[in-house]
Amino acid sequence: MKMTPIHCGYLPLVDCAPLIIAQELRFAAEEGLDLQLMKQPSWSALRDRLAFGQIDFAHMLSPMPIAMSLGLGGVATRVDALMVLSVNGTVIGISADLERQMQQTGWTNSFDAPQATSRALFEASSRPLRIGVPFPFSMHRMLLETWLSQAPGYAQERIEIVTVPPPQMADAMREGALDMFCVGEPWGTVAVQHSGASLILPGSSIWACAPEKVLGVRHDWAAENNQTCQAMIRALSKATHWLDQPQNTPLATSILARSQHLDLPDHAIDPALTHQITTKLGQPPRQTDRFLRFYQSAANFPWLSQASWIADVLSDWHALENDQARQIARACFRSDLYRAALAPIGVDLPKTSEKVEGAMKAPTLTSSTMGQMILGPDEFFNGAVFDFSASDMPKN
Amino acid sequence: MQNDLNILVVEADQTKAHEILEALKDGGWQNATVIASASALERILQQHDPDIILIDLANPDRDTLEHLCFVSNARKRPVAMFVDQTDEAMTQTAISAGLSAYVVNGLQKDRIKPVLETAIARFNVITKMQSELEAAKQALADRKTIDRAKGLLISARNISEDEAYSLLRKTAMDQGRKVIDVATALVTASELLQ
Repeated sequence: MKMTPIHCGYLPLVDCAPLIIAQELRFAAEEGLDLQLMKQPSWSALRDRLAFGQIDFAHMLSPMPIAMSLGLGGVATRVDALMVLSVNGTVIGISADLERQMQQTGWTNSFDAPQATSRALFEASSRPLRIGVPFPFSMHRMLLETWLSQAPGYAQERIEIVTVPPPQMADAMREGALDMFCVGEPWGTVAVQHSGASLILPGSSIWACAPEKVLGVRHDWAAENNQTCQAMIRALSKATHWLDQPQNTPLATSILARSQHLDLPDHAIDPALTHQITTKLGQPPRQTDRFLRFYQSAANFPWLSQASWIADVLSDWHALENDQARQIARACFRSDLYRAALAPIGVDLPKTSEKVEGAMKAPTLTSSTMGQMILGPDEFFNGAVFDFSASDMPKN
Repeated sequence: MQNDLNILVVEADQTKAHEILEALKDGGWQNATVIASASALERILQQHDPDIILIDLANPDRDTLEHLCFVSNARKRPVAMFVDQTDEAMTQTAISAGLSAYVVNGLQKDRIKPVLETAIARFNVITKMQSELEAAKQALADRKTIDRAKGLLISARNISEDEAYSLLRKTAMDQGRKVIDVATALVTASELLQ
């Protein structure tokens, strides 16, 4: 078989695992793809290289393709998300100082109480909280703002969100440049080990099914390379399915640790894949349900309603015309291509490409193309529900 | 006229920073400042209020810089990546050279372009110099390893230097490997056995 060479940019985080597994276990090769992984020094560099065609595909923060398509930050280019590569997997942590102050208000860390935690945060701190995130257009920042803005005592000037490259997050915490952070693994674990930080919440406690990384591709390129895009979706669907089998976790850890692409030791990869999160140095790890997920509950499906949710946050931040932003965002999430790639090989898919975000408090049986499948939970910490089909939106 | 442009260069490598600054000064831009990292960026943006910021495409601090430029209210004037203001070919050239630039919206294209051309030219020279330096260092290190391997063979097998080298080369050819790889393996093995 003649192999099609493709270049995919990524950042060395645990959640780039589907790409490494697709390459190492030859899921990409089976689809006729010679997958070349290209490590990028920053999200900005990854974005620019995608925009200028130096890479074909990219492991991206879920809001990035939408932000680019809306012309926010850097080069305005229409970029599509072919699939979701992972949901959840982020953690929120605080400095030892802030933790002491919060404990004085009577708060204890249960790692699953967003409302009690945000109340304690604002009660404890007399000055603005300086919070690090990996990139301005990230689910990290969206979750943080969604969560904190609902807290009693919140005011815009009480938080200051800044971008700190994840490998520098632990140092910034140790030096006191940050009070708090939201970051993907392994960097939360590193902050616990090296800067005395405590993890106070997993991102999934704010939104139980938040699309974290997506597979980005230029819209024009996708149109010209439709078959290659579908082959890539199939390869990554198989890789994510493999990754979500618990019996494969030990092997996945050693493949990722040995891979030249990640350059992380076993103990930095383990917590994200086993969902055993150590929230404070010297304490036993906590089993954290719904942590980093690759496949289960249609995790890969690029829901149009997820795109709408992201569009609403971006509209709010940048004073955009909301309906138009939603329309552009929904066109980015290519559930059509995703279906076209996977339906023929017998992958069960949701019946609709839209759901009411936040409606499922528990795993829920819903109708699928092949019968029934389990979706959710996808609830928000405050019970908020987003029904985008209720408004006057064009259907894709 | 161009001299009054306020240029900020973010670069941790002092030699490289010096090179770029010099190129800009030679080009007639006197108001150029260098900072080593983005950690002090917020304060410096307020103090200097630069018209153009130049930063290595591969610099991990770029994400921090973007956040400050696009999102925070540290500056009132909006900032764009230069592609919005100049032609795409120029952007391609800059990205290939490893340069990214941020300019204040509304700055005239004919004032930006010469700055970028100067910076791109110098970036290309620096990259070439660095890769030549790397290659030279590597060659020197390889030669040392091969000399050590030859020395090991000379004393172990009581052969001449030429014979030792021939033996390394023949082994490399037989195994389809490079001479340096065979030499490295030999040196590592002998260190382990000591």
